[in-house]
Amino acid sequence: MNLIMFLLGRVAKGVVVLMAIAILNFLLIHAAPGDPAQVMAGQGGAADEELLQQLRVQYGLDKPFLTQLGIYAGSYLQFDLGFSYRQQQSVLSLIMDRLPATLLLTGSAFVISLLVGTLMGMLAARRQGHWSDGAITTVSLMFYATPLFWIALMSQIIFSLKLGWLPNVGYETIGANLSGFARMLDIGRHLILPAMTLGLFFTAVYVRMMRASMLQVAGSDFVKTARAKGLSEGVILRHHIARNAILPVVTLAGLQAGQLVGGAVLTETVFAWPGIGRLMFDALTQRDYPILLGVFFISSALVIGFNILTELVYRIVDPRIGAQG
Amino acid sequence: MIAFLKRFSRNPAAVVGLVILVLVVAFAILAPLLYPNSPWKPVQRPFLAPFAQAGFPMGTDTLGRDVAAGLVHGARVSLQIGVVSTIVALLIGVPLGAIAGYSGGWVDDLLMRFTEFFQTIPSFALAIVMVAILQPQLGSIILAIGVVSWPPVARLVRGEVLSLRSREYVQAAITIGQSTPRIIFSQILPNTIAPIIVIGSLMVGTAILLESSLSFLGLGDPNLMSWGYMVGAGRTRLLDSWWISFFPGIAIFLTVLALNLAGEGLNDALNPRLSRGRK
Repeated sequence: MNLIMFLLGRVAKGVVVLMAIAILNFLLIHAAPGDPAQVMAGQGGAADEELLQQLRVQYGLDKPFLTQLGIYAGSYLQFDLGFSYRQQQSVLSLIMDRLPATLLLTGSAFVISLLVGTLMGMLAARRQGHWSDGAITTVSLMFYATPLFWIALMSQIIFSLKLGWLPNVGYETIGANLSGFARMLDIGRHLILPAMTLGLFFTAVYVRMMRASMLQVAGSDFVKTARAKGLSEGVILRHHIARNAILPVVTLAGLQAGQLVGGAVLTETVFAWPGIGRLMFDALTQRDYPILLGVFFISSALVIGFNILTELVYRIVDPRIGAQG
Repeated sequence: MIAFLKRFSRNPAAVVGLVILVLVVAFAILAPLLYPNSPWKPVQRPFLAPFAQAGFPMGTDTLGRDVAAGLVHGARVSLQIGVVSTIVALLIGVPLGAIAGYSGGWVDDLLMRFTEFFQTIPSFALAIVMVAILQPQLGSIILAIGVVSWPPVARLVRGEVLSLRSREYVQAAITIGQSTPRIIFSQILPNTIAPIIVIGSLMVGTAILLESSLSFLGLGDPNLMSWGYMVGAGRTRLLDSWWISFFPGIAIFLTVLALNLAGEGLNDALNPRLSRGRK
C-alpha cells in the first residue's frame, strides 16, 4: 500500500515536470526569431504558405497566448509531438523507431561505467595515498577533462581505422542479413566502441564519487566499532564500508542519467549509431525543430521514468529509505 | 594571502594547472599579434601535414587554413565563452540559492523544486534545443550554457546560507533590524565567496567542454573560430589528416584539465582544515 502511494506520488510529480517541459518548448518556439509557424514547420523558413496556414489553425496561433499554450501543452501530454514535414512522419513514431538503439547504448554505457567506476573508486580509497590511488585519480581526472566527441573520434581512428579490430560506424553490418544469435553478436561488436567512449566519461565521474563516498564512510563510528571488535580489514571494507558507500553513488548516478542522453547525442553522431541522438543531430542540420523538441521531451520522460525505477528498487532493497521518507 | 599562496604552491598539480592556464590565457591575449590574419583565411595548400612546411607546426585544414592560428584564436573564444557563461550561471544560481537558504519554508521548497527540475532534465539536450531554436550566436550559446549550469551553484549557496543564517552575528544583524537584502548581501554572501570561487573555476572547465560539444555539432557562432568547430570540421578526413581534429582536442583537454587542477588546488588552499585528510 505504502509502495503504491509512493509510486502514484512520483508519477504525479513526473507528469508535472513533463508539463513544465512542454511549456518550456512552447516558450522557446515563441522566443525564436520570426514566425512560430515557421519554427513548427521545421523547414528553415522555406515552408509554403498553405502549410503555415494549416499549422496556424491546428495550434490556434491566432488565439490568445495562453490558449495557444494550452493547445500545445495539451497535445504534448497526449504524446502528440507534432509532425516532421521533412520526413513525412510523426515525430513520435520517428523517435520510437530510434529509441531501442539509444536505450541499448546508454544502458550498456551506464552499467559499464557504474561497475568499473565503483570498483576503481573502491580500489583508490582502499589504497589512499598509495601510488595506485594517485594513478586512478589522475587517469579519471584526465578522462573527465577530455571532450567526449574527441575520444570517440580518436578511438575510431585507432581501433577501427588503423587496427581494424572493430567496425567503424553503424549499428550492424549492412547487407549481412544475419539473424538470431549471429545478429546479436554483430550488433555487440558495433556497440563496443560507442559504449566504451560514452562510458569512459561517466566512469571518471563515478570513480571520483565512489572514492569520496568510501573515505567518508570509513570515518564513521560503526567502522571504528567493527575494527574494535577485531574484524579483519577485508571484511570491514567489503561489508561495512563499500556497501554503505555505494548507495549515495548509485543515487547520484541515477539522478545524472540525463547527462547520458547528452553524451549519446555526441557518440551517436560520431559512430552513426541510429538512435535518438543521431536523429537529433540530423534534425539539427536540417533545422527540423519539431524533432529537436520531441527528442528533448521524450528523453526527459525517459530520465524521469528511470529515476522512479531506481527509487523503487531502493525502497525494496533498503527498507530504511521508506521508513524515513 | 601569503599563507594562501604558500598552501597553493605546495600542491604541485595545482601549480601545473595554473601554469598551463596562464599559457592559454597568454596565447588568447596575444592571438592578434601572433597571427594577425583571420584564422578563417586559407594560407597554404589544404591538408598540409604538421612540420611539412616551415611556419606551419600544426599543418593546415581542409581549406588550407592554418591549424595553429585557429588554435590560438580559438583560445580566445573558448575562454571568453567559458568565463562569461559561468558568470551568467552564477548570476542565476547565487541569488536563487541565497533566497532559498535564507527564507526556508515554502519559498525554499519551491525554489529547490525548480532547481531539481533543471537538474533532472537532460541538460545537453536542452542546450542543443535552445541554441538551435534561438539561432547559433554568441549570446544564445552563452545563455544556454548558463541556463544548464546554474543548479549546482544554487544548491551549494543554499547549503552555505542555511548553515550561516543561524550564526550569532546574523542573528545579531536581524535583532538590530537590518533589512533582509542587506543581511544577505553584506553579512552572509561575503562568507560564501570561497566555495563560490572554487565551483566557478571548475564550472569554467565544464562550460568550455559544453561550448566545444555544441560547436562540434555545428551549433557554434558561425563568425567565431572555436576548438569544437575545428574538431568537427576535420572529422570527415580523420584517416588521412588526423591532425586537423587532433590538436584542437588536445587544446580543450589541456585547458579543462588545468582548470580542474587549479580549481581543486584553490579548494584545498582555501579550506586547509577540510583538505588535511587528503593525501
